[in-house]
Amino acid sequence: MELNARIPAGPIQQKWDNHRFNLKLVNPANKRRHDIIVVGSGLAGASAAATMGELGYKVHCFCFQDSPRRAHSIAAQGGINAAKDYTNEGDSIWRLFYDTVKGGDYRAREANVYRLAQISVNIIDQCVAQGVPFARDYAGYLDNRSFGGAQVSRTFYARGQTGQQLLLGAYQALQRQVKLGNVKMYTRHEMLDLVVVDGAARGIVTRDLVTGAITSHVADAVVLATGGYSNVFYLSTNARGCNATAIWRAYKKGAGFANPCFTQIHPTAIPPHGEGQSKLTLMSESLRNDGRVWVPKTPGDKRPPNEIPESERDYYLERLYPSFGNLVPRDVASRRAKEMVDQGKGVGPSGIGVYLDFRDAIQRLGRTVIEERYGNLFDMYMNITGENPYEVPMRIYPAPHYTMGGLWVDYNLMSTIPGLHVIGEANFSDHGANRLGASALMQGLADGYFIIPLTIGDYLATARPAKLDASHPAFREAEAAVREQTRRLLSINGSRTVTEFHRELGSIMWNYCGMARTAQGLEKALDLVRDLRQQFWEDVKVPGDSGNINMELEHASRVADFLELGELMCRDALHRNESAGGHFREEYQTPEGEAKRNDEEFAYVAVWEYAGPDAPPVLHKEPLEFEYVHLAQRSYK
Amino acid sequence: MNLTLHVWRQNGPADEGRFVTYRVEGASAHMSFLEMLDHLNEQLIKKGEDPIAFDSDCREGICGMCGFMINGEPHGPLPATTVCQLHMRHYQDGDELWLEPWRAAGFPVIKDLVVDRSAFDRIIAAGGYISVRTGSAPEANSTRVPKINADAAMDAAECIACGACVAACPNASAMLFTAAKVAHLALLPQGQPERYLRVVEMVNQQDADFGHCTNHGACQNACPKAISTDYIAMLNGDLRRAKFRRPTDLD
Ligand SMILES: Cc1cc2nc3c(=O)[nH]c(=O)nc-3n(C[C@H](O)[C@H](O)[C@H](O)COP(=O)(O)OP(=O)(O)OC[C@H]3O[C@@H](n4cnc5c(N)ncnc54)[C@H](O)[C@@H]3O)c2cc1C
Ligand code: FES
Repeated sequence: MELNARIPAGPIQQKWDNHRFNLKLVNPANKRRHDIIVVGSGLAGASAAATMGELGYKVHCFCFQDSPRRAHSIAAQGGINAAKDYTNEGDSIWRLFYDTVKGGDYRAREANVYRLAQISVNIIDQCVAQGVPFARDYAGYLDNRSFGGAQVSRTFYARGQTGQQLLLGAYQALQRQVKLGNVKMYTRHEMLDLVVVDGAARGIVTRDLVTGAITSHVADAVVLATGGYSNVFYLSTNARGCNATAIWRAYKKGAGFANPCFTQIHPTAIPPHGEGQSKLTLMSESLRNDGRVWVPKTPGDKRPPNEIPESERDYYLERLYPSFGNLVPRDVASRRAKEMVDQGKGVGPSGIGVYLDFRDAIQRLGRTVIEERYGNLFDMYMNITGENPYEVPMRIYPAPHYTMGGLWVDYNLMSTIPGLHVIGEANFSDHGANRLGASALMQGLADGYFIIPLTIGDYLATARPAKLDASHPAFREAEAAVREQTRRLLSINGSRTVTEFHRELGSIMWNYCGMARTAQGLEKALDLVRDLRQQFWEDVKVPGDSGNINMELEHASRVADFLELGELMCRDALHRNESAGGHFREEYQTPEGEAKRNDEEFAYVAVWEYAGPDAPPVLHKEPLEFEYVHLAQRSYK
Repeated sequence: MNLTLHVWRQNGPADEGRFVTYRVEGASAHMSFLEMLDHLNEQLIKKGEDPIAFDSDCREGICGMCGFMINGEPHGPLPATTVCQLHMRHYQDGDELWLEPWRAAGFPVIKDLVVDRSAFDRIIAAGGYISVRTGSAPEANSTRVPKINADAAMDAAECIACGACVAACPNASAMLFTAAKVAHLALLPQGQPERYLRVVEMVNQQDADFGHCTNHGACQNACPKAISTDYIAMLNGDLRRAKFRRPTDLD
């Protein structure tokens, strides 16, 4: 496997401009001769499909929900970053670039991050023009707020529903192209395999989730925009349907998988309630702007929060990090919360949780302001817990949330399989070992609106894919393999449900490959996951048949992939003998308990190549060079 | 807590469908309504029966994927709440509940509680957008939008397209859904150039799949985002102006 990142030459400020000039173009009249498959209709997929349709390509876009508008991006709450500096605080493209590289604990590729920061300003322009109703001040200008890991207010937001509004903007643009006939939308379709012909990605095999039909789709290039894999933990803040199947099956067809162990545990989710729980609900990080995090100073203090006097509270983030306080990056905030709970200072009925208190903010700003800022989040909290956060502090606890790892891509967002492009959360590109808040939406839209529509043209103009149809043996084989897997899942008829396996996998991953990891724990997890996978294929019970809606079958095929991915994550976490961002190996920490990197040995992207079902995957390395942001121990003190 | 559920089971569009009664045992007050159904489904699977098909994804009231009738009310009894956000603490041990899919000609049943809502996508495709090419947008702060307009646009834009409005409407009309998008865009300066064309196209498309609006107002009560029927009034105003003037006369 060759890892050529194809980073353009020249000073970082000019790389993207130079590159755009050097990209080969497809003649406008020829664009409609190219079919492009986009799998996914979240921010990344919908913006890419709409824009490529608009450019004249024939786009085929797929999603498993009943409408493209329901992709998981819809759930993003807090906001989207852009280096507009409307607040006159000295923000700049350079500062956003710097914050992102540092926030990612120096494990991201500088050139990509710089381009992301550059494009951030165009995204806001584009979205406003589409009618995204961002928050505004009384003069009618766009309003901003600050977000974890940043000391400037550069986050644009639409109440607590920023993802929804951005996705609706992209979805509307997409529907416009559907109407114009430039994009064909396939809803309730799941991609179950990637088809590679003569070394290049030439199509996919899907299952129609309503009729069960297995079909091949041929194209000149394939774009995966299928989101992240946090659901490997079973309980996460992601939507129930989020899964790794598309990228995992592409991995098994030869796409390198980068940094699978870089996962983000978000500090502010509602603590789990117990048995039967189907997901965790995020409370947007923006709450940390006004909420203060604390626990009782004495372990085991079971008094109601409002009876604990000021002197017996430990505002531990403010104590440990005087300059960033409650706004430290996510990885730091999560780990510290776990530490408090491990010390017996956790709050709530289960003792799993810390307080996020709005008392002081309500006193300072008044209830109306707080209601305006966070009303819907407070309602959501009240709804779920039955407690009123205007009166008692919220209880929060970390939850799996985002995956920085994903398929490896070069500067053009192309994977190690020519023609297979990967955008949005599904790729590994911009966030290193930890993503800053409000940067995923930015990346998804940068990739979809502004990068892939240009770089894909270069691929098409250079590779000139030959004409092909679905009778090609590679498609036939892929279809047969999908049918066979479906048949196998339905025929096991064992004794345990898919959910039981998923839940068990989740608890292994959470315990050994979650917020804190050790070599010993990871070794153990490797055995446990392998063992569980074997049991799955012997004892899972998938009811029904494949000729109708069968949600258990869908779930089973996703869990089968998670059971393999889980192993790769542990393997990656075990090999990385350092702590970086969200990857915290207990053996590698500073005396103050912060993540301790090992730049000598690990300043690289770990890219895993599939080597068959019975052989261990092969590790490749893309060295990371830091020319502009100098390697330093992160400090938020 | 134990419950009795009468659930609409329909194995595909061609099947007639019927209520089937289930006992749910050992549900907890902390569970959401959908978690209670998951719990029942796990028991059905173990018994070798076909689990109940229902849609859901985000399970936090934003994707609009979930939705069915509970005792005749879309998303159940709580105001401004999707069924995925409805918690079992609002029910009591021994309750008896009737679960049905949305019933509307525009939403054919696919299986059990799952319906086909693609008609909504067609309404948006008919004109529910601002036609701006990627890359052609002006600087974002070059147009000011009065906060009151931005807020009202946002109130409308919060629609999650779940379909509860249609299910609640005696005419099975999708006018609240249509109006929410028409109003969102009509309230913003960027939406003005296509404003009147948009409303005509979108209403024509809604009429193709759904009934007409006769101002019952049941939709507003059922809407999990509490979207106001004022937006339907606004749509009607725009529609009248669009119909009785030549497009060039309109501002
Ligand atoms: C609760 C929550 C809040 C968040 N808040 C913020 C925030 O405030 N700011 C921020 O920047 N980020 C936030 N994030 C992160 C951000 O929302 C996601 O990273 C981002 O939306 C991912 O977008 P995407 O387009 O890559 O993928 P997604 O939106 O996940 O879309 C994936 C698409 O792929 C399709 N798909 C997947 N697999 C298949 C398959 N096999 N076949 C066919 N289709 C498939 C799905 O149907 C879907 O259309 C939040 C995340 C969560 C969970
Ligand atoms: S599952 Fe998303 S709104 Fe209910």
